[in-house]
Order: sequence, then C-alpha cells, then structure tokens
Amino acid sequence: MDQDILLGTYVFGLAIFLGLEVINRVPSTLHTPLMSGTNAIHGIVLIGAMIVLGSADTWWLQVLGFIAVVTGAANVAGGFMVTDRMLGMFKKRPAANAASDQGKGGQGR
Amino acid sequence: MIEDGRTAIVDLSYLVASALFIVGLKQLSSPATARRGNQLSILGMAIAIVATFLLPEIEGDNLVLIVVGIVIGTAIGIVPARQVKMTAMPQLVAAFNGMGGITAALVSISEFSQKSEVGRGEGLSIVLGTLIGAVSFTGSAVAFLKLQERISGRPIVFPRQQLYNAGIFAAIGLLGLLVIVLQDGNFARSLLVLLFLASLALGTLLVLPIGGADMPVVIALLNSATGLAAALTGFVLGNQALVIAGALVGASGTLLTMLMAKAMNRSVTNVIFGAFGAIAPGAAGAAGGGEAKPIREISVEDAAVPLAYAQRVIIVPGYGLAVAQAQHAVRELADLLEGRGVDVRYAIHPVAGRMPGHMNVLLAEANVSYDRLYEMERINDDFARTDVALVIGANDVTNPAAREDTASPIYGMPILNVDQAASVIVLKRSMKSGFAGIENELFHNENTSMLFGDAKESIDRLIGAVKAA
Repeated sequence: MDQDILLGTYVFGLAIFLGLEVINRVPSTLHTPLMSGTNAIHGIVLIGAMIVLGSADTWWLQVLGFIAVVTGAANVAGGFMVTDRMLGMFKKRPAANAASDQGKGGQGR
Repeated sequence: MIEDGRTAIVDLSYLVASALFIVGLKQLSSPATARRGNQLSILGMAIAIVATFLLPEIEGDNLVLIVVGIVIGTAIGIVPARQVKMTAMPQLVAAFNGMGGITAALVSISEFSQKSEVGRGEGLSIVLGTLIGAVSFTGSAVAFLKLQERISGRPIVFPRQQLYNAGIFAAIGLLGLLVIVLQDGNFARSLLVLLFLASLALGTLLVLPIGGADMPVVIALLNSATGLAAALTGFVLGNQALVIAGALVGASGTLLTMLMAKAMNRSVTNVIFGAFGAIAPGAAGAAGGGEAKPIREISVEDAAVPLAYAQRVIIVPGYGLAVAQAQHAVRELADLLEGRGVDVRYAIHPVAGRMPGHMNVLLAEANVSYDRLYEMERINDDFARTDVALVIGANDVTNPAAREDTASPIYGMPILNVDQAASVIVLKRSMKSGFAGIENELFHNENTSMLFGDAKESIDRLIGAVKAA
C-alpha cells in the first residue's frame, strides 16, 4: 500500500515544479485573484470527503464525512464564485473611449 | 471488469481536471485572459466532482448524504462570495481557507478509521494531514477574526507562551508516533482525535501573537498549508487529482509568502515568531519621536491647484484608502484630472493593503483601467519626472529611511521613491506612525505637504476644489 505514497510523492514533486513555473508568471496585479483561485482549487479535498463519506460504515464516520463534504463544498463554491466576481472587475478601458472621455471632460470644465 | 472500466474513466477525468487547473493558472498571467482561466478551473473541478460519483465506493444511503452535503456547502459558500466587499476580501479568503483545512483534517481522520494495518507512509500522511489541516483551520479562524477586527489586531502574547507551544508540539509528535506505530484499532483512533484537538490549539496559539498587518503573509502561508494537507489526503486515497491540485496550491502559497516577506525585508520566521523577540522598531520610534520636526499642513484649495495644473501625477494608495472606502472617489478625481489632460498613474507597492494585490482589486472595483496600475519596479524611476505624487493612506512603503538610514529598522525594505517627485501631497488621518512604528522622513521633507482628514472626505473636497481651479 505504501507504493501509493511513493507514486503520490513523485506526482507531488512534479506538480510543485510545474506550479512554481506557471505561477511565477502571474503579475502582482492578479495576486489576490491568484490567492482566492488557488484557495478554491484546494477545495478539491471535497473529493476526498466524498470518498470517505461514501464508504462510511458507522454513524460517527458519516457525521465526520458529512461535515467534511459541507465545508469542502463551501470552499469550492465560494472560492470560485468570489474569484470570478473579482476577475470580472478587471477591465481595460478601450483606447477610443478613453480619448472621448478626456475630450468631454476637457470641454465640460 | 465493469468496475475497472469505471475506475479508469474516473482516473482519466481526474487527469483532465488537473490539466484544466494548470491551464487555468497559466491564463492568470494576464488580466485579459484571467477570468477565462478561472472558468477553466471551475470546469476542471466540476468534471472531477461528477466523475467521483462514478466510483464504486459511493453508493446507497451515503450517496444521498453526499448530495445533500454538497448542496448545503455550496449555499454556505456562495452567499458571502456574492456579497463581500472588496475591502473584506482577505477575511473571506481566510474563511474559505479554514474550511479547506478542516475538510482535509476530517478526511485524514476518516481514512485512518476506515483502514486496518495502516502502513508507515500512509500513517505519516494521515498524521501530517490531520495536523496541518487542523492548524490551518484554527489559524485561518484567528486570522479571520483579526482582519474582521472581532479581536485585536495587535500581537496577543502571554507569559511562557512559547513553552506551551513547544509542549503542545511535543505532545503532537508523540501522539503521531504512537498512531503510526499502532497502525489501527480504537485506541490509536482516539489518539488521532487527541492529536487533532492539540493541533487545533496549536493553530490558535501560533497565529494569536502575529500582528494584524502581517496577516497577508499568514494567509498566504496557511493557503499553502491547506494545499499540502489536501495533497496528503490524496497520498492515502491514491488519488492523483488531490495530489496535483494540492501541490499547485502549495507552490502558489509558498511563492506568495516569500514574495511578501521579501517586500517587507523580513524573513518568514521573523513574521511568524517576531512578536516574541525584543521589538526594535518601538525603541527606534521612541528615539525619533523625541525631537519634534516641522511639517507643512496644506488646505484642500492649495492642494488642488498643483494637481489641476500638473502634467504628470502618480497616486500611491495604501491601506488607508481601503479603510476609508475611497477607491471610487479616487477614480473620480483621476478621471477629472485626466479630463484636464493630466497623465495619472497608480504606483502599487507589493505589500500595500491587507493581502498581495489587494489595492489592484479595490481599484478594479472602482473601474480603474488595469493598465494604469504600475508595479513598484516599473514606476519607481518615473517619480523623479513627476509633478505631484499623491499618497493616500500609505506610510512605511514610502519612507526614504529604508533607502538611506542604515540604523532604521526598515532599512533595506524596497520602497516607492515618492520623495523624488517635484511635490508630494500626503493624505493622512493624523501623524500616527505606520505598522513599523517609526517616523516617516518623507513627511518632513520640504517638498511634502500634509492634508489631514478622512481619505474619502479629503478626496471628495479635492474633487470640488479641482473643478473650481
């Protein structure tokens, strides 16, 4: 069974390298969405909760598993939703609009 | 045979989900593609969750429990996510992080209870998953309370605290060792629950002594801890989706932690255990406060004139802007100035605000175009060619002592070269010092004027005065 752990360690090591490479390129402008987005991604532990609740055979394992599914689902849903909301706010002003805004402002005052 | 086929489909779905997470994170490298990136991650998560229902372990009564749990959890998560103000983002991230942490700990405990003859590697993963998940849960909870100002943001220390921490840590080590050696049975399960409780206490005690201003580092660190805990549960379940996603989060949290610590010119150890050492900044601050240095106060009208007739203005936002909810007023002022042909840009210090990138989100909320927001390295040389630098609720990150005064506690911390602008207008509530508790030389420079008052009110009045100018 410890072979699973060994395989996991391999995959874990490779994923860390990949993660560092990819995340290094995220500009600091997006660090808050990065944090809340990755925060939602670790909600994947919900899958672990589903599996342990699925095979729970005593009432207290069902209670543990149920709480874990609830908190895991809250982590996933809330994390992704707030990240999406945040990223929806990041807008670049279209160049043409900016110019006409400036023009209007200049004449008006 | 049929079960094998189903398991293969599930495993392949996990691979697709992991790939989507990675592509999603990659698209976060530009604001233009970032939202789609996050949506790819959502798709990946949905695929992983749906695929999990195909597993043979999931059946019968428990299937109903799972569905009900997911529905309830989703509702709990979505309500605050839709309503939260951008100022309160750090608290929300802390709250969700804590939920992930407790999930990982509970999954680890369940894993142990469901297995017999747990191997050494599995035992170690279970113990660490429980420990890290629980520490992340209570640590995030304390961080949440501090950020929400339900408890004091000041470091909370009591006598012999470190001794208690060391004692709890030793107890956790001993319990963990016993759990791993015993492998299974009710006694070992009880010990694991004890270890869980001790870890909850440890998480609380570790974060209580850390000051509110250091919470961004703490959240980044706990984020990476929860990622690690999730990966550990994946080791035991032999579930590579958990391992990969957990590792990605761990990497991101670690990078952000180091980046923040570097921007404050402090080590991560100093941030976490700093409250226990003799605090140098306090002493230096007292020395500096001895002599009253002159400052120049300015009226709104006098501040409006140089702004209105400037060619280049750089706005330097800090946490004071967030506290006063002044982001919309600032955007309005900037629009007004741009309408008069002034070039307005924003200089963002990496540790401005309560989490990395916090200022950018606040300004994005106020519809400031993201190409106007400049990172410190990209704009620092331009201050010398700037007519007016408008500092709004930022303090330590503008202190020239960090550049010049080797005796200063913040010496060596990268700062914004605000003092090099032709004139500097500082919006501030009072002469109170910043987080580091030291005098800011900038306020006493002869090209600096101070405009005291609530940031939002001051800016609203500035808008009126610029219109009149």
